[in-house]
Amino acid sequence: MTQHEFDADRLIEASLPLLGLELSEASRKVVEMHLETAELLWRAVRDFPLDDEAEPAPVYTA
Amino acid sequence: MSLATHMMSALEIRAAVASGEASASEIVEATLERIEALNPKLGAFTDITADRALARAASIDASRASGKTLGPLAGAPFAVKNLFDVAGLTTRAGSLINRDRAPAGADATIAARLEAAGAILVGALNMGEYAYDFTGENAHDGPSRNPHDHGRMTGGSSGGSAAAVAGGLAALSLGSDTNGSIRVPASLCGIFGLKPTYGRLSRAGTFPFVASFDHVGPLARSVGDLAASYDAMQGPDARDPAQAARPIEPTSPGLDGGLAGLRIARLGGYFTRGGEPAAFAAVDRIAGALGATQTIELPGIEAARASAYLITMVEGAALHADRLRDRADEFDPEVRDRLIAGAMLPGAWVVKAQKLRGWYRERVAEAFGAVDILLAPATPCRAPLIGQKTFVLDGHEMLIRPNLGLFTQPISFIGLPVCTVPVWTEGVALPIGVQVIGAPWREDLVLRVARALEREGAVRAPIGEIA
Repeated sequence: MTQHEFDADRLIEASLPLLGLELSEASRKVVEMHLETAELLWRAVRDFPLDDEAEPAPVYTA
Repeated sequence: MSLATHMMSALEIRAAVASGEASASEIVEATLERIEALNPKLGAFTDITADRALARAASIDASRASGKTLGPLAGAPFAVKNLFDVAGLTTRAGSLINRDRAPAGADATIAARLEAAGAILVGALNMGEYAYDFTGENAHDGPSRNPHDHGRMTGGSSGGSAAAVAGGLAALSLGSDTNGSIRVPASLCGIFGLKPTYGRLSRAGTFPFVASFDHVGPLARSVGDLAASYDAMQGPDARDPAQAARPIEPTSPGLDGGLAGLRIARLGGYFTRGGEPAAFAAVDRIAGALGATQTIELPGIEAARASAYLITMVEGAALHADRLRDRADEFDPEVRDRLIAGAMLPGAWVVKAQKLRGWYRERVAEAFGAVDILLAPATPCRAPLIGQKTFVLDGHEMLIRPNLGLFTQPISFIGLPVCTVPVWTEGVALPIGVQVIGAPWREDLVLRVARALEREGAVRAPIGEIA
């Protein structure tokens, strides 16, 4: 499997026009940090084995 | 009246009003005086509803004079996190942006239910902007301050809710809890907080954050007050589509049922790492008081917490997408930049996280086949200093704002009911909380255990000495 290094800056660059947002340089660094944290957390979710049939489960029922 | 009413629980106030020892008007006048004197030091209230409270108190006093039966919370002052609608007030949800909105036309459902039970609304409370916060700081209204040390955080996002109760400015308050926003401030301010099962109490008339995880519940200085207020707030409400079709299941009648027959265990693994020793010592104390010797580990905790974190980022970003585009400069920058990052995450991440949530819920349900109550730390540390940005946990420097809830987040992720109980150590000025966790819909058991601990003296919620 090909491993791609996560590049938060490229994600920001691609997303900003799509979202209609602008970022100051200071904010850009903070957003980058939050994206890197999210990507680290995503690895734990990504690597967790689940069946294709696994159902999303938003609520309990009575 | 010579009563120190600010020291009284809601149920004690009700008894005093019913017996004629104090009138509801006297209680409210004393409460408003205390708020006026101390709120500048605590930053708990953002709105004070004095005229409304006095009118409501006069109405209760008139009811008593005419021999009518008083409600179970008659005369008890309470306040609500300012994301709850209050008729005539703008629901700011801790933000600057929402102050442009029209005043609410009616109270949030559970606030109205508390008033129907005789409680008296005295105001709305400070909170972290749009509830994306564990610190209790607010860029627009200033921080709420911990009544036990004004230089320290209340915890958030229901920071004002905890400060008001721990400071004796209200007997009860309402908060919301998406990832820990009742339990974290209850822990740092040394009071009791109840996060009911997801879908139990109506969220109608509250400003949302993460629809998948948003809960509402009470904070108080006694377990009896938590139970009485929770009982008064139950019941169906068609205005909250996430509410489950549960019957009203009162907890107060069985509150003193004790521990007999209950199987209690502490959570191991993830819940024994990543905190300061005080967090784990508090769990030791509570486990010891309950005679709980068993430890169990839940599978997939790290992935569960990660899932909750990612869902929160994305759902929060979706909620605020228009405001981020049109009014970015009016956000607290610390909130805005987290939300913007959330807007950039792939949708497939969230779907996998929601699937993992279903898997994890099933595994935890299996665990509850062998145990009734689980114990875990509520926060990784006692209250940090206001303005402090990072802390060191297990040798790693981490941001406080997203990580104060690292022990609460995996529990609310699947909506389990939790009562946070306050633990004090002799010679230490600050408290820390422990989560008493039950199976879905077993609020009765978590409150029963909290009550047993309270009666034994293992937990308590003293008012902060405010100089």
